[in-house]
Amino acid sequence: MNDGVNGVALAVFILFFLAVTVMGFLAARWRKAENEHSLDEWGLGGRSFGTWVTWFLLGGDLYTAYTFVAVPAAIYAAGAAGFFAVPYTILVYPLIFTFLPRLWSVSHKHGYVTTSDFVRGRFGSKGLSLAVAVTGILATMPYIALQLVGIQAVLDVMGVGGGENTNWFVKDLPLLIAFGVLAAYTYSSGLRAPALIAFVKDTLIYIVIAVAIIYIPIKLGGFDDVFGAASEKYTAAKAGGLVPLEAGQWTYATLALGSALALFMYPHSITATLSSRSREVIRRNTTILPLYSLMLGLLALLGFMAIAAGVKVTNPQLAIPQLFEDMFPSWFAGVAFAAIGIGALVPAAIMSIAAANLFTRNIYKDFIKPDATPAQETKVSKLVSLLVKVGALVFVLTMDKTVAINFQLLGGIWILQTFPALVGGLFTRWFHRWALLAGWAVGMIYGTVAAYGVASPTQKHFGGSAKEIPGIGEIGYIGLTAFVLNVVVTVVLTFALKAAKVPDGVDETSPEDYTADAGDPGVQVELPPATAGKTQ
Amino acid sequence: MSDAPEVRPPVVTPARVVIALCLFAPFVAMLWVGSYAKVDPTFIGIPFFYWYQMLWVLISTALTMTAYKLWQRDQRARHGGTK
Repeated sequence: MNDGVNGVALAVFILFFLAVTVMGFLAARWRKAENEHSLDEWGLGGRSFGTWVTWFLLGGDLYTAYTFVAVPAAIYAAGAAGFFAVPYTILVYPLIFTFLPRLWSVSHKHGYVTTSDFVRGRFGSKGLSLAVAVTGILATMPYIALQLVGIQAVLDVMGVGGGENTNWFVKDLPLLIAFGVLAAYTYSSGLRAPALIAFVKDTLIYIVIAVAIIYIPIKLGGFDDVFGAASEKYTAAKAGGLVPLEAGQWTYATLALGSALALFMYPHSITATLSSRSREVIRRNTTILPLYSLMLGLLALLGFMAIAAGVKVTNPQLAIPQLFEDMFPSWFAGVAFAAIGIGALVPAAIMSIAAANLFTRNIYKDFIKPDATPAQETKVSKLVSLLVKVGALVFVLTMDKTVAINFQLLGGIWILQTFPALVGGLFTRWFHRWALLAGWAVGMIYGTVAAYGVASPTQKHFGGSAKEIPGIGEIGYIGLTAFVLNVVVTVVLTFALKAAKVPDGVDETSPEDYTADAGDPGVQVELPPATAGKTQ
Repeated sequence: MSDAPEVRPPVVTPARVVIALCLFAPFVAMLWVGSYAKVDPTFIGIPFFYWYQMLWVLISTALTMTAYKLWQRDQRARHGGTK
């Protein structure tokens, strides 16, 4: 499908890439605080971001390049089933409205940087906190790898390093350069770099989607023709359809619900949340973030357009980049590719920072060096952020792409198992720490085993994320079934352990910590931003 | 919340019930897939299944915004004068 290098598109792509690289390094000076050698500064941007910065940062963080490639790709391949991403992102916001402000407050009051910090403080259990931290790191790693897959898809379509028969070094060089640059500015600027770059990324994405959703249907003869062509394709292929069949509806609903519950368990979501300036910033954001969901919905429709436009790719992941290349003039295709490419850099940076913070706070400081100073913590975190990225790179370069996708699928199931400890803990101290740990373990094991047993036409194991729900008989999201098991085990064991009077650990938080806001006594007020203007 | 001598307002108030309903409604609407898994009526050629869910992005945004405003008012009434 590659007919040589698309020069104009590549030039535009490189131009944007250089611009964000410069921004990434300059970001270190943006709103710089006096004490830059603390994890609050490097890993949470000084906890100083206002409504709009947080909006761009969270949007750039949650709606990743992989999302942009994978959601329309799923529609392209299977039709309606791939659209579950829209109800999923609809449900996320009313959900986080209820618990994120509480997490923000207690984290500010006690200086928590990660969710594991909170779990340790709440339940007085290093074991439970370690379980949450390890789950977070495991779930994040393949996610970073998938961002690389997103960049690869774009590079492929542009004709750079594409073909399977080129020598591996030439093939992977562009990816190596992109990641080298990303690693360098994340190391030097911390969370400020992705926060600043997110502005560029989201502006580009919004422009591209707005143009695509108007321009492409006009070229293809209107939505009637687009959906007509799609319907024919699904009927001919005897796979997928324009609406989910009766049997697929459970899967659709459980995937939407399970994914919505899982999203804010991911370390990178929490990192972006905790970097905001106040409780209000978070609540306000739940009312403006859905704009991204609307965009995601429109973007998903591009999957149908790819079918109508006659895009033929063996790997569905290439469908959207190929659609852009076929439909847009070269220079605008370059803009679209830049949007996807930069769209990968922002979340990759935040994810590596989040994983590094987890390692530093909940493994290094808790188990290896309890008396680490803030400066040492920052140093370790910076190094680990590099390691995490190198790990993801090796993963993508040495293993088949499907391995990253399989692990990402598992990661979603795993991360959901930290929900009872985290969200449960935010509202009640009733759960027993060992019961939570046992519930987590049961959920992890069930989820992994069940996912292993799912076959698909192309794979023997990890062929999908849905399986028959025991006792109900419908096909549902494995993660959600595992989560229900997890909760049942946790509740039953909590009764048992309480009856046996097993010591329940010390809770260092108090009820009013969960509602504290910036400016209340005891809540750390950030150092005022020394440079750059206010953001509201 | 410490030195308020007056009687504490009840935990469940009409405003809070409305807030809860606003936050809960999207779950009912979206998880009941059978209610919207159909092609007709189409909107500018887009099947019902798709435009209905995108419409719900807007509806749920309006609901969350309502919940936010009500919650702000509720909190201001409770902490009146202490901030």
